[in-house]
Amino acid sequence: MSKKIKETVRTLLVEGKIRGFLGLIERDGHVMPHLFGDPQELEHLSLGDHGRAGDARYPLNQILIQLMRAYPEETFAVLVRGCDERGLRELFKWQQLREEKVIPIGLGCPEELARACECEKPFPDNLLDGPKGEKVEGQKVARVNAMDIDARLRFWKAEFDRCIKCLGCRNICPMCFCKECTLEEANLIDSGEIPPANPTFHLVRAIHMVGRCIDCGLCEEACPADIPLRTLYKKVAEIVSEEFGYKTGYTVDEKSPFNIIEVK
Amino acid sequence: MEFKTVLTTCPYCGCGCGLLLEILDGRLIGTLPSKTSPVNQGRLCVKGWSVHEFVTSPNRLIRPLVRKADRLVESSWDEALDLSARRLKEIKERHGPDSIAVLTSAKCTNEENYLLQKLTRAAIGTNNIDHCARL
Repeated sequence: MSKKIKETVRTLLVEGKIRGFLGLIERDGHVMPHLFGDPQELEHLSLGDHGRAGDARYPLNQILIQLMRAYPEETFAVLVRGCDERGLRELFKWQQLREEKVIPIGLGCPEELARACECEKPFPDNLLDGPKGEKVEGQKVARVNAMDIDARLRFWKAEFDRCIKCLGCRNICPMCFCKECTLEEANLIDSGEIPPANPTFHLVRAIHMVGRCIDCGLCEEACPADIPLRTLYKKVAEIVSEEFGYKTGYTVDEKSPFNIIEVK
Repeated sequence: MEFKTVLTTCPYCGCGCGLLLEILDGRLIGTLPSKTSPVNQGRLCVKGWSVHEFVTSPNRLIRPLVRKADRLVESSWDEALDLSARRLKEIKERHGPDSIAVLTSAKCTNEENYLLQKLTRAAIGTNNIDHCARL
């Protein structure tokens, strides 16, 4: 499946249009992020599938932010799935990346992965390779919505109770770019407590996902306590969509409700 | 310009989680859990997530310090090792081998820990050897 991607990236590199391609490489049986500068390395390109479809995905946009902070005048290509493309759009709006310096290399997700993700749009508009899959109707949020409000609070508190405060959900998040993080603000969240303030800790993070979460699911995959974080942030997206009519990462010009300042 | 990730094993405890160190132009800028490690399968604890921070920490002990007149003074490895060997011998002769205990570390490899227990049992002559991962 990677033939078209390899050819496109090779041309960009050979013609000097990009300084490098941020993607995934397979080495010694492991998949890891890598900046491809030499076309010959593309032989070892990986698309993030190891045992299952998309089980070796990494927050490439997060690495891209670091690369572009160090080299603001350079142009990079980056491997994007549907969720990553939504992420790029928001990161452009939040001025963490410059659109004219990023060339997305679009990869559509197979049905198996789209189903596991309950993905609303499992392909990027800049689709270069892979399928243009169908929207998958979600069951996870519906199951939580079906509980009455008391049962729902009990459900989430029981889930959050397992938290070991590894901060993996924040650390792996391609949309978390703040220099100071509320989760480490001692006046709001007591330090040295496990589990961290329940449900405050996780709800603070959930609120900060408004207009940010692009539903990539890396947080839930990184959680050692199996907290269904993706369901929580999908619920946040549902509220933001219903109340503010905003869908994160679907438009290039519209701003998220947290990004609008009205001066009266 | 070079960005790469280097696969290695977390140095903190005996679990052996696989992690990726993110290197930009020879500088260590971050840590990611290895998704393909059969041990941790893309997850880490808070210590594993922050391993890149201690490598360049100004508080890191990188040279031996010898206490001289209540002050810790930077010294050579030869001086520090000679002093340690001499004092351990003196203590063993005066108070017996069981007056000495050795605490080793989960940050060492299995082989290094083996060597230290060998030194403790065979050279010093005590079974007083323990390890932080057993706490």
